[in-house]
Amino acid sequence: MSALVTTPNIPDPDGFYADLIAAQDHMTDDEASAFAARLVLILSNHIGDREVLAQAIHAAAQHVRGG
Amino acid sequence: MFHDRYQLAFKLYPYARSADQDADAPVRHPVVVMGGGPIGVATALDLGLQGIPVVLLDDHEGIGQGSRAICFAKRTLEISARYGCAAPMLDKGVVWNLGKVFHDDRKVFEFNLLPEDGHRFPAFINLQQPYFEKFLVERVREAQAQGAPIELRGRNRVTNAQVHDDHVALDIETPDGPYSIEADWLIGCDGASSPLRGMMGLDFEGRVFQDSFLIADIRMDGDFPTERWFWFEPHFKSGASTLLHKQPDGIWRVDFQIGWDIDRKEELKEENIRRRLDAMLGEGVEYELVWTSIYTFQCRRMKKFRHGRVIFAGDSAHQVSPFGARGANSGMQDVDNLGWKLGLVIAGKAPEALLDSYDAERAHGADENIRNSTRATDFITPKTKMSHVFRNAVLGLAEDYEFARPLVNSGRLSVPCTYDGLPLNGPDALPGGPPRTRPGSACPDAPIAGGYLLDWLGGDFVLLTLNAEAPETLEEAGIGMRRVALTGAEDAAGLLAERYLGDAPSAVYLIRPDQHVAARWDRFDETAVRAALHTACTLETA
Repeated sequence: MSALVTTPNIPDPDGFYADLIAAQDHMTDDEASAFAARLVLILSNHIGDREVLAQAIHAAAQHVRGG
Repeated sequence: MFHDRYQLAFKLYPYARSADQDADAPVRHPVVVMGGGPIGVATALDLGLQGIPVVLLDDHEGIGQGSRAICFAKRTLEISARYGCAAPMLDKGVVWNLGKVFHDDRKVFEFNLLPEDGHRFPAFINLQQPYFEKFLVERVREAQAQGAPIELRGRNRVTNAQVHDDHVALDIETPDGPYSIEADWLIGCDGASSPLRGMMGLDFEGRVFQDSFLIADIRMDGDFPTERWFWFEPHFKSGASTLLHKQPDGIWRVDFQIGWDIDRKEELKEENIRRRLDAMLGEGVEYELVWTSIYTFQCRRMKKFRHGRVIFAGDSAHQVSPFGARGANSGMQDVDNLGWKLGLVIAGKAPEALLDSYDAERAHGADENIRNSTRATDFITPKTKMSHVFRNAVLGLAEDYEFARPLVNSGRLSVPCTYDGLPLNGPDALPGGPPRTRPGSACPDAPIAGGYLLDWLGGDFVLLTLNAEAPETLEEAGIGMRRVALTGAEDAAGLLAERYLGDAPSAVYLIRPDQHVAARWDRFDETAVRAALHTACTLETA
């Protein structure tokens, strides 16, 4: 079973985070929501592994709702 | 008193007094079907063609008006072909392959159903439900003339059903007053609001969708092509979504999603319907309103489709949203599944337990249909702000990115379900065999010399041999199996081999009377075939 990577895996984390925030610099909240949804879909397709995606959805949901 | 609940499109079985009404005691019939819609008439046809006497009761004298179900799938046509009435459906129906999806004023993408080569029937035809029913009834008349013991009784309304262990007693109201009959088996095909289900106090639970849809069938000479057009949030603001679909006779189905809190009477006023249509079609397009209706829907099913001697089929047993054309199409698969099983049980060749497999297999089908239609509905009508954001993100990306197109869901069109993992399946002992013909699957069609494979299958158990030997006939526990022998010589296109052999050099399939695969092997093994027949008919093991 493929496992969701939850250890540091992004080179140059500060640079990545700055890019993520900069992309939304001049967006309204509605645009930012639309951006976030598109990003999720584009990345999900790139991952393309239903097991990993299910674990990621679960991890995110659990983190928001507690569990 | 008899009041029609709806107007008729075709008066096909006018009330006629039956001898049962003058009998001293209630007459017993082997099978009574309640409800003369497509599923009831198909059930009567299936049983009648087997020579089983069947009485169909309907509280009207024919087929109701309104196009209603308009999309009939390949599997439905294949089943109808087995009953001998697919040709007029195909002649009359509109074949379409191209679908276009729009968001606001932009075309998101288009898809082609890309029908696979080598099938007698197209993936879909569009045909108004009254025509579909009429062709079934015409086939009943033809079968009756050839001696099929089918009786259609119009204006016979069942007012009470008393269920006993070995029969059902029915009270019936007619224009001549009441009478009673008994049925060894009662098949409830009386629709989504099934009076029979109500009389028996049975559950029908599921999810209500809080949205209303306005249907307008219009006749016009507009130059819209024969395609399925679906708009999400259309720029013409006539609904939260809109569907345009071609029917025969120059008629178009327009389906507007108009919200939950609506004034039905107001919405159904002609000027209000025309306002929506004019916005969509543009000024100056002439059209005639043929039929209009507002519907809401639920996705739900009965917990059990069989209750002793009473069996439910079609909408009375399960209801889905219209997205995906899974209503009438799944009902026809119910009939296909039930007919041969009831036939064997009535003939005393199989135990009643075989009918529990109808429940298992068709409940599996209903769950699949409900899941698919619920998913489509949730995509078309997002329930939260963020699911709306995601839905529109999919539509937006689909314009530019191919990957997002499979996520767009305006209805996943009906295909027959595979009875994976269910009790009637025998072994899958064909190494290299194609997954699509594994046990439980509906047999895919294939061209063979002089016709199509499915012409040779169905009605009884078949041993389909491909490059393999087997006896011409075989009998087990009084149930016959008929060999259909094919080789590469009959398979010029190679599609039979592609669909049934895969990487295997030879194969033997045991195929059920409903054209589903019961088991398959790489060669004939008599002991294994006999055992698989036992399994497929739930016979006690010898």
